[in-house]
Amino acid sequence: MSGAWPDELFEVLVRQKVRQVAYVPDAGHSRLIERCTANPDMETTVLTTEEDGVALLAGAWLGGDRGILLMQSSGVGNCVNMLTLIENCRMPFVTLVTMRGEWGEFNPWQGPMGLATPDVLTRMNVQVHRVDAPDQAAATLDAAIAQSYDGLQASAVLLSQRLIGRKDFEAED
Amino acid sequence: MIQNLPLLDRRETVARLLRDRGDLLVVTGLGSATYDVAAAGDDPRNFYLWGAMGGAAAMALGLALAQPDRPVAAITGDGEMLMGLGTLATIGAKRPANLSVIVLDNERYGETGAQPTAIAHGVSLTDVARSCGIDAPDDIRDMNGVGTLAERLKRTDGPLFANIKIDARDYPRVLPARDGAWLRSRFREAVLGIAP
Repeated sequence: MSGAWPDELFEVLVRQKVRQVAYVPDAGHSRLIERCTANPDMETTVLTTEEDGVALLAGAWLGGDRGILLMQSSGVGNCVNMLTLIENCRMPFVTLVTMRGEWGEFNPWQGPMGLATPDVLTRMNVQVHRVDAPDQAAATLDAAIAQSYDGLQASAVLLSQRLIGRKDFEAED
Repeated sequence: MIQNLPLLDRRETVARLLRDRGDLLVVTGLGSATYDVAAAGDDPRNFYLWGAMGGAAAMALGLALAQPDRPVAAITGDGEMLMGLGTLATIGAKRPANLSVIVLDNERYGETGAQPTAIAHGVSLTDVARSCGIDAPDDIRDMNGVGTLAERLKRTDGPLFANIKIDARDYPRVLPARDGAWLRSRFREAVLGIAP
């Protein structure tokens, strides 16, 4: 996990006036979470489950705030029923998802939800944008936020495991 | 737990809570809580959930953080609150001073045949809320307590949790609008002055 892209994502959030940042942590989001938490103009909320973030951001928008949900791909499955709130109310929604279960993933338990993530989001009418290269991350998030909050759509930006780097486990054999 | 103590009437309780609501913004949990709030009188500052079970308190939290100078209440049932129990930990950690979570507790899943919830088996939502660091009065069992709570809802020195013991009477449904897109536009116009 290196390079400037997490800081560039933070700059996009500032520029797009995203005020509420809700998250279930992932190592790939750690730099962005740090930057958001250190910014006094942002309201960061650590969740116990990702679906709460969907409801929280819906409430935030009712109150006039733009928000974003940070999670890893395993959390997408937890959000499914709550995403009906976004669709029924035609509310804007943006999530930034770090992908697991791909690009040399070590942990097989991350596989199924990683594989299903794009289809699950698409099936729930969330438009999926995938980022594989560091120089695409900021522009993709910027477009997704604009499309969500100006265009009243639901968007997900998937940060590929190739981009964020494989999780390092000590080889045992 | 079900005890031989008097229980409150849900419609009377909610009507009292909202009678002089001031600036209060309300998010309702699906099912009977939505009907109770609608029965107390429709208001554009009510956001009625018809689904999204387990999300009422989280939605109210996001709203409270966005509008820190206005009191916000989630009004929901015990079954809905149990599905979003983790939200009480999030609220306890975040401590939004303008948020109240009100549970209408009949110890049953009223929409689906009155099956007992975990509360009927001895679980206490008030104790859970207190463990999460949220200020919570003892379970409310009389209209004096409801009146005190109604005044407290207008203040912003929370977060506050209140569990109200209601009877299991099944009222005719009072159905508010269920077009979510219309409800959110109406709410934002009333609260933010933003035209749809």
